[in-house]
This record gives sequence, structure tokens and C-alpha cells, in this order.
Amino acid sequence: MATHSIIASFKDTPSFFHAAEKVRDAGYKKWDTYSSFPVHGMPEAQGQPRSKVPVFTFLGGVTGFTLGTFIVWYMGAYDYPLIVGGKPFFSPIFPFPIMYELTILLAAFGTLGGMFITNLLPQHHNPLFESDTFLEVAGDRLVIAIESRDPKFDSAATRQFLEEIGGTDIEEVSA
Amino acid sequence: MATTSQEMDPAQAALLEKVEPAELYEQPLVTNNRDFNWVTNKICGIVEAGTPTWWWVCMAVALATASFTGMGLLWLVSTGVGVWGLANPINWGWAIVNFVFWIGIGHAGTLISAVLCLLKQGWRTSINRAAEAMTIFAVVCAGIFPLFHVGRVWFAWWLFPLPNANAIWPQFRSPLEWDVFAVSTYGTVSVLFWYMGMIPDLGTLRDRAVQRLKAGAYEGATEFKKKFAEGFDVFRKYFYGIFAMGWRNAGNHWRNYEMAYLVLAGLSTPLVLSVHTIVSFDFAVSQLPGWHTTIFPPYFVAGAIFSGFGMVLTLMLPLRAIFGLHDLITQRHIDNMCKICLGTGSIVGYAYIMEFFIAWYGANPYESFAFINRAFGQYWWAYIMMFSCNVFTPQLFWFKKVRQNWALVWVMSILINVGMWFERFVITVTSLANDFLPSSWGYYSPTIVDIFTFFGTFGLFSVLFLLFVRFAPMMPIGEVKFVMPQGDPHGHHEDEKGGHH
Repeated sequence: MATHSIIASFKDTPSFFHAAEKVRDAGYKKWDTYSSFPVHGMPEAQGQPRSKVPVFTFLGGVTGFTLGTFIVWYMGAYDYPLIVGGKPFFSPIFPFPIMYELTILLAAFGTLGGMFITNLLPQHHNPLFESDTFLEVAGDRLVIAIESRDPKFDSAATRQFLEEIGGTDIEEVSA
Repeated sequence: MATTSQEMDPAQAALLEKVEPAELYEQPLVTNNRDFNWVTNKICGIVEAGTPTWWWVCMAVALATASFTGMGLLWLVSTGVGVWGLANPINWGWAIVNFVFWIGIGHAGTLISAVLCLLKQGWRTSINRAAEAMTIFAVVCAGIFPLFHVGRVWFAWWLFPLPNANAIWPQFRSPLEWDVFAVSTYGTVSVLFWYMGMIPDLGTLRDRAVQRLKAGAYEGATEFKKKFAEGFDVFRKYFYGIFAMGWRNAGNHWRNYEMAYLVLAGLSTPLVLSVHTIVSFDFAVSQLPGWHTTIFPPYFVAGAIFSGFGMVLTLMLPLRAIFGLHDLITQRHIDNMCKICLGTGSIVGYAYIMEFFIAWYGANPYESFAFINRAFGQYWWAYIMMFSCNVFTPQLFWFKKVRQNWALVWVMSILINVGMWFERFVITVTSLANDFLPSSWGYYSPTIVDIFTFFGTFGLFSVLFLLFVRFAPMMPIGEVKFVMPQGDPHGHHEDEKGGHH
């Protein structure tokens, strides 16, 4: 069976954090940290860029606002114009709550969708789930996994590297 | 600094070297030095353990109570809206009172998860999940009233911008239509926010079920019980697994998740303020004395937060006692919630007085009459209930002794909700009952169907909340761990001082 990744555990949050910095500095590309809670400053320690989720939020928001404006104009001023209280058929003022709420609604859907897209979820299977050690991440284990598809990956060297940066319980996870 | 110490007397400088800045003592958010595993076991344990007897008892009572709403609605639908006490001049009675009441309850949940998140208030972590659940269930209860007050409830979809057979579209000039958009958006976004926050914890429940299945050890159980427990874990593996969407606790996942959470908090904050503002427009956009006031939006929002926090306290104090969550929901949490009740309660009290002042200062005889009539007219008893529960009760929260007395806090939190229900009653009914012309005045009393339907919503709310407590992780595990000292990557060890570079 081919190797999917090599995983190593770390004893506490600071050593986990500094180990991540070392993996980043060693030039590995296909690797990740695993912890049951978000570690403050970890994206920088892993050398990851800012999340792209807000792009999806923005797209959702713009769609919502446009849709809101369109339905109010189409339904009230184009398809079935009706005089009520001498008010104009269409104005950006009176139906503003509609546009406002739809902006927020679709921006929220954009955000949730964006979180799934950027995280490549749903993905119900991953070889890491087969590892007993990995399952303990849900409790208090802090794990770094370097994947075999990383260009720098070398079974023996990577294992040694993880040991050098303080990793314990090193395990090879097969694909 | 270097130049100053050179000029200073060396003895003085040496003394200055010894001075350490005092550290402000801050009560920890998780007490008794619990570790990560304890937090996971505690929160997941509630879901994984067998169903306690009290749960079945509460569920039975809640279902029985909820059936009152069912009966009330059945009666209404089969007979007509006339079975509610709505008639001229009070065409809006308990229906809108209950609607605004329940929507208001929901606001604390969003406030805790969104506004306090943006303000980086770490104490929100252990109460936000349950508060968000409360929001969603309160919106469900709220929705019943406007939905059924239209009479022919099967045509309620006409409120949505869908093409209907008569080619008539919704009327976007009406605040009631804005309400439809505001409340349905609010409900939907609250569900999204709640669900997204739960994904990591659902992953945890899935992983724990897999762990138990792999270990195959169900200690001391008979063959039958073992099979039973195994079956449950297989169910959990798939049930939570599907909803966890393959969450792996990866750093990359957390990075996008935290950004999404922050953005959703940023979206929910203006949303929660807009929802109650728009609800207040239902009144404020009218021409009726007592309703037509610009103070309504902020006053409604403050009242909503006030009643919402009241409900959070009502729910969290018993849960804390039942599940022994004292290390997670600490005195500090209760203090903070009490102080928010005090603050918003005072805003509400200020609004009551300001309304009176403006009625007098505005020199509109109808307006002054409406307010004098509210306090001293035929509904004086409701006004007294409202004022004493909402303005005087929370003032007790100034005292630490009161905030530490959990039983008293619990009773007061219920009084707050009673008071807030009366507030909506006073606003709605007194203005409609005595408007411009004495010839069109009337007196409103609810019917038994009104009372049944409203009473039953507490049952419906409880049923939903009990299901939540039983099947969903009650606190965001990851976020609780995040605010613990062990979760700080910059070395917040017990043997070290400080903790930040």
C-alpha cells in the first residue's frame, strides 16, 4: 500500500505551533496541522495566505442586492404596477429593507458555500480517518501530517525531520 | 527609556528594574484547570450518555404543552380567525404581541454569537451554541402567529415573491412585507450560522463514535447491550458524519472556518439590529398615537436584547445545574449576562420615560392622551406589570450578592420575560383600544384559543430545545479550548509569567 502521509504528534500548543513554523521553513508544501481547536496565528505559522472566503461573501452580497432591486422593480413597476398611497411604482428608498435583507441572506449563503469550497468539503473520506492516532485529534492530540505527494517528501528523511522538530508517535498512514 | 535611566540616580534605577507591572486579575473562562480532553468528554458525554429520566419527563410535559398550540391552530383553521380575540378596534391583539415577544427572545442568541464575537468577548464561547439554538426555536414559535393570523394559512405563500394564479405580487411598500423578508432572512441566517459553528463538533462526535467502534470495547455490558451500544455508534458515525461534511480539524479548515465565522458574525450584526428595527416599523410606520414614534427602532432592539438575555439565563442556569457545567459556565458568565440585562433594562426604562417626555414636548393632544391613558387608563395593570418587571427588576443586578444568587437570578430572568411580554401588550393594545375618536374605542380580551395557542408555544419551544440538548453538542468545543490558557500557542505555561511575546 502506498503511503498517504507521515503524521507526528506534539505535546502542547507552543511546541506544535513552533514545529509548524519549522515545517514551513523546511519548504514542505503539501502538509497540514490538525488540532481540535483553532490555534491563534497558525495560518501565518503554516505560511498560508489570507482566506478567500470573503470573495464568496462579496459575490453573494452583490447577487442579493441586485436580485432585491430587480424583484421590487419587476413586480411593482413593470409586471403589475399598482398605485398605493400615491407612492412611486419604483424607488430605491421604500423597498430598501428588501434589498438589504436579500444582500445579507445571499452573502451568508455565499460565506457558508465559500467555506465549503475553500476547504474542499464535503469530502467524507480521507485516508487519515483510518489512523487511530489521527482520531485522537478530536480529543487533545496535536498532529502535523506531511503528505507523500509533497515534492520534498522522502519517507526516511521526512520521518527524521519530524522527529528532529519534536514530533512523537510518528506513524505512516497508508492511502 | 535608555536616556532617562542614565540621568537617573543609579539606586533609583535599580529599584525601578525590580518593579514589575501588576497583572490585572481576570477570572478564568474555564475554571479548575481542566484540560482539553475533559472539555471534549464533558460536552460530548452529554450527547453520548443514555437518555436521563428527567429528559423523558420534561419531553412528555413539553409535548403535552405543545399540543395546546396544535389544538388552538386546528380550531382557528377549521373555524376562522374570529376565534382569536381580534375585532374592531383591536385588529391586532395577541398575535402581534406574541410574534414580537418571541422574535425578541431570539435576539440574544445572535447577539452573543455575532456582536460579542466581533467585540472579541471570550466569555461568549460556552453559551453561544445554546443561545443560537434558542434563537432558531424562538423564530419558529414567532412565525406561527403572523402565519396563522392571515386566516387562510394555506395562502401564506402569497407573502413570498412567487408568481400566484392572480398574477398579484407582494406589496413592497408595506412594512409587513419587509417583515417577511427580515424574519425569514433572520431565521435562515441563524440556521446557517448555527450549523456552521457546529461542523467541527459534529466531526468530533463522529470521530469518537469511530474510535469506540474500532476499540470494540463496551465495558461490562451484556451481549445484548453491547450490540445496542454498537448500533448506536454506527448510527452516530453516519448521522454526525454526514452533517460534519468530512471535517478533519485541519489548520487549513480552521483558517477558512474562522474567516467564514467572522464574516457571518459581521453579517449577522446588522441583520439582528435590522430585524427588530423592521419589526418596530410595523408600528412606527402607522399614524396611530403611541406607535408613530422614531424612538421605536432602538427601543425595540434594546428590549429584544433584554428579553433575549433573560431567556438565556432562564435556560442556562438549569442546564448548568443538571449537567454540572459549573466549570464552563462560571460566575463570570452569569455576571456578564446579568450586567447586560441591567444595561438593556435601563435603556428600556429610559425609553419609557422618554416616550412620555416627547408626548408632552411634542404638544400633540392625541399623543399625550395615548401615553397618559397607557399608564392610568383601563390597562393600568399591564403598564404596572411592564414597568416593574422591566425597569425595577434588573436594577437589582447592580448588587454582586444578587448576581451570585443563582435561584434569584433565575426568578428575575423569568420576570424580565413576563415584563417584556407585557411591554408588547401595552404598546399594541392600548394604542388600538383608545385611538382618535371615543366613538371607536373598545376593550380587548383574549379568547381561550388565544391563550391556548400562546401557552402551547412554550411547549413547542421546549420540545425543540430538549431535542437540541439531547442530540447536538451544547457548546462549541473548539472555541472553548481556544480561550483556555493551554490553547495559547505563545507559551502560556503555569510556570511562566505573562504569556505574550
